[in-house]
Amino acid sequence: MSGKKYDAGVKAYRDTYWDPGYTPKDTDILACFKITPQEGVPREEAAAAVAAESSTGTWTTVWTDLLTDLEYYKGRAYRVENVPGDDTCFYAFVAYPIDLFEEGSIVNVLTSLVGNVFGFKAIRALRLEDIRFPLHYVLTCGGPPNGITVERDKMNKYGRPMLGCTIKPKLGLSAKNYGRAVYECLRGGLDFTKDDENVNSQPFMRWRHRFEFVAEAVKKAETETGERKGHYLNVTAGTVEEMYKRAEFAKELDMPIIMHDFFTAGFTANTSLANWCRDNGMLLHIHRAMHAVVDRNPHHGIHFRVLAKCLRLSGGDHMHSGTVVGKLEGDREATLGWIDLMREKFIPENRARGIFFDQDFGHMPGMFPVASGGIHVWHMPALVSIFGDDAVLQFGGGTLGHPWGNAAGAAANRVAVEACVKARNEGRHLEKESREILTEAAKHSPELAAAMETWREIKFEFDVVDKLDVATA
Amino acid sequence: MDMTMRDYGSRMGDPASKKFGTFSYLPELDAASICKQVDYMIAKGWNCAVEHVEPVRAADDYWYMWKLPMFGERNVDKIMNELTACRNANRGHHIRIIGYDNKRQTQGQSMVVYRGDT
Repeated sequence: MSGKKYDAGVKAYRDTYWDPGYTPKDTDILACFKITPQEGVPREEAAAAVAAESSTGTWTTVWTDLLTDLEYYKGRAYRVENVPGDDTCFYAFVAYPIDLFEEGSIVNVLTSLVGNVFGFKAIRALRLEDIRFPLHYVLTCGGPPNGITVERDKMNKYGRPMLGCTIKPKLGLSAKNYGRAVYECLRGGLDFTKDDENVNSQPFMRWRHRFEFVAEAVKKAETETGERKGHYLNVTAGTVEEMYKRAEFAKELDMPIIMHDFFTAGFTANTSLANWCRDNGMLLHIHRAMHAVVDRNPHHGIHFRVLAKCLRLSGGDHMHSGTVVGKLEGDREATLGWIDLMREKFIPENRARGIFFDQDFGHMPGMFPVASGGIHVWHMPALVSIFGDDAVLQFGGGTLGHPWGNAAGAAANRVAVEACVKARNEGRHLEKESREILTEAAKHSPELAAAMETWREIKFEFDVVDKLDVATA
Repeated sequence: MDMTMRDYGSRMGDPASKKFGTFSYLPELDAASICKQVDYMIAKGWNCAVEHVEPVRAADDYWYMWKLPMFGERNVDKIMNELTACRNANRGHHIRIIGYDNKRQTQGQSMVVYRGDT
């Protein structure tokens, strides 16, 4: 930059960071922010401010800027767009050169893109809607330790969604009683059971006791049914040393799968655990506690699709995705968008599903989306229709709440999912014929008939809070 | 319906309590139902294969292949004939039909269609 003189003072961000003529490079990390500016701040200035504060800029010119080539290193706001149906905010597209980020570090990417900029005074609210990770960056990340096809081979389960159940009550069971609940679910026909996310190692049930009793339950159910089974042993802990200790013990017990809460534990711990799983042939189930704190507000935070992409890069074999039909938040089209981001190799831009960029994951394996939260047998046809085969459908209350107990509840779910898959493969329309399909299956399964009777009136029909942005007519 | 509580009758020593993956919780499929599932595999572009094993080795990953997978075979009758031939030659074995998905390098389907003597 020879020839440029140092000129102290404050310049408008747009003079340096707004570049509407810029064509993003294939190697750039791209971001789409939804910006709600303070009154009177022009769009280009707000967009440039976000680009600056999330990359090389600060509020004033500094002489050391001239020691480097900021034209090369800076982030650039290169486009703004209206948000359909909402004139309080707009979309800003920002391109960052790949050199700004440490290889294989989701931590570093997020520290820049959703760091200080989110508290910046010139904007009222800010939401990271999507990130395009260039394939060059994707391939520096480890990704899922196993992936969908490897997990199917290891668990020997093909041609249908897998079934799971979170053991309840969430807290307070002794390890031996907890193992009983696991055994009953697995012998009844579920593939997996799961620790609740807040089950770590509390005084009523220390982790080691839980792991030992659960291992006996899993092995006995495997011998009894002849099928492979697993329980997501939650290794989330207060320190990474403790996390590794629990993971090692799960391996010692010959358990196939462990579990981690990636958001409360953090991406550093998660990436390390994913690497451990890859080295030790262990499947990794990922729970997402705390996600709704940052992804539910339509104007501020980080959209879940970004968290899902980041987690796929950090590493996990299962990830909770929402159900569309159950008790937790989730718009159908938006959910279809992020389950594609979890499973597919290449996901094209599709605004109707909230996807702002083409995303190429190259050879990185996919993750099983996990549908969990307030679902029961009556939801099964819709779940199979929405998720297809590559998903884990988890019925907690919908298994344990069966009037005849967990084994009967599990059998009801297993009969229902197989009946739905059979009907779908025969060309029947699952959602239109759901009642007939389940009623026919229940003729051969008193457990399913009792489940249908128990939950026939339960619906969760609340409007979603975080909707896709669409123009209202 | 009669909601009187029932016992769940699965037992360690009872061969009928052994399960075999997809569709093993439904009543045994008849020939017409098997045909429909084979039709689905063909429509998906998968390659059908027939495998069999002695019941005591059911938990193994690798069962005996019956000949080779029927690459490119789109005639459901021919596939059903191989199923019958395998059954006649291996009385008492479990028999499954697999749909190999070569694009995704996985099995799109694997279903046990005959249970052997146990």
